[in-house]
Amino acid sequence: MDEGGRGPMTTTFAFLGQFGEAIDFIFDEHESPAGGAQVGGLSNMWDLMREHLKLSIEAMAIACGVSIPLGLWLGHIGKGGFLAINASNVGRAVPSLALIAFFVAYVGVGFTNLVLALVLLAIPPILTNTYTAVRQVERDTVDAARGMGMTGFQIVRRVELPLSLPLIFGGIRISAVNVVATATIAPLAGVITLGDPIINVNTYGDEGRLAAALVVALLAVVTEVSLGGVQRMLTPRGLKLTTAGRRRHPFPITRREATS
Amino acid sequence: MILELAQVQIRDRTDTCESNNGFCPDWIADNFDRYVDPFFQHAYLTVVAVAIGFGISFSLALVAYRRRWLINPVTQVTGILYTVPSIAAFFLLLPITGRGDDTALIALVAYVLLIIFRNVLAGLDNVPEETKDAGRGMGLTDRQLLWRVEVPLALPEIMAGLRIATTTTVGLATLAFFAGAGGLGEQIFSDITFKSNVVVAGGLAVVLAAALDGLILLVQRAITPWTRAVAAR
Repeated sequence: MDEGGRGPMTTTFAFLGQFGEAIDFIFDEHESPAGGAQVGGLSNMWDLMREHLKLSIEAMAIACGVSIPLGLWLGHIGKGGFLAINASNVGRAVPSLALIAFFVAYVGVGFTNLVLALVLLAIPPILTNTYTAVRQVERDTVDAARGMGMTGFQIVRRVELPLSLPLIFGGIRISAVNVVATATIAPLAGVITLGDPIINVNTYGDEGRLAAALVVALLAVVTEVSLGGVQRMLTPRGLKLTTAGRRRHPFPITRREATS
Repeated sequence: MILELAQVQIRDRTDTCESNNGFCPDWIADNFDRYVDPFFQHAYLTVVAVAIGFGISFSLALVAYRRRWLINPVTQVTGILYTVPSIAAFFLLLPITGRGDDTALIALVAYVLLIIFRNVLAGLDNVPEETKDAGRGMGLTDRQLLWRVEVPLALPEIMAGLRIATTTTVGLATLAFFAGAGGLGEQIFSDITFKSNVVVAGGLAVVLAAALDGLILLVQRAITPWTRAVAAR
């Protein structure tokens, strides 16, 4: 690495080599290799992170708002299975870079357009998992609920939804991690997220790019782990008891029809 | 050592269709050449990554099938590898392995491990106990039971995992150019605002995913004839 002309480095983590410089970049401001502006440091990273999270959360909220009710309804009436199950197969075949590029070329750049692209990316796993989860609820249980005089809406709300929550959350986890990962290429569509140091390396330098990669990786793992925690909290206690013995695979997806 | 990811100019600004950023069939016909090499590079990255990933995770699953305490640690480690976004993984690997195919392949292999491991294990676990008993009753050793009964009966799940891994890898390999490994993503990135370019490069990636998916499905049909016999009845 060429450190010439960048002034005295305060590399506290020098023993880590380039990774040390990257960690240093996260905590301390640097002069941009392009000259002029200061880049890096906690407040710069926090600004990027905030935009990254705002984009991801908005996209996830809309995707959940669309696909969970749709999946519950399709699962409840038992129709549209072909659509719901193949949604994730089709979604997987379209590369996220191609989707973003398509939006940039045909719809335009900007925050709203990008949210829309990420929503399209996030819907399939949630829709597929919600549908599969509802269909997986034992018919006897639904019949019992109907026998108790529950209306269709009550069955969805009080029986099918609670029993489906773990698998629905499996879908949300997959989508959320995918959205957080894809938000990294958001600067291509003019939204300045944590991907900015990765895409615009001339402004941030190599250590900035490595720093951003570290933070993005960490953010994805934190998203996965924390949503896993929420998933465990939301799993009805009765369901935990009955599945504890049967479930041999600790990862959220237990059915192979469900998306991976 | 700043690496340029320069956007090259691939459009002729004097041509009306191209400068107006329309969808230009003429441009596509004239420039299709530029997509051929990236397409095959993309296919190469995908096939090699899935093949290596399959070798590793299939072996891991066979070991973990017998030594069940291994399932949790393997799932957790491969789960983290699966969660780290590949674009981040490429840049985290660059200081260690440098730019090129190797870096891209390592990140792609790391990503498919969990998918295949989980499916192989689920397939083996779903083999009915009675079938295994029948095999043992016929005098099969554990090794014979594994290769003649359990693995063949697990093939539908194993192949399903392979299909998921392959289509996912085609998608992730569009980012491999960040690691200096080219592929169709480099073409998309070369002019991301040009409609014709985005459609052709993105379309080819989808075609590649569909083609590889169909190929695995054909192989699956060929090596599991009994599944069709049951369905036809």
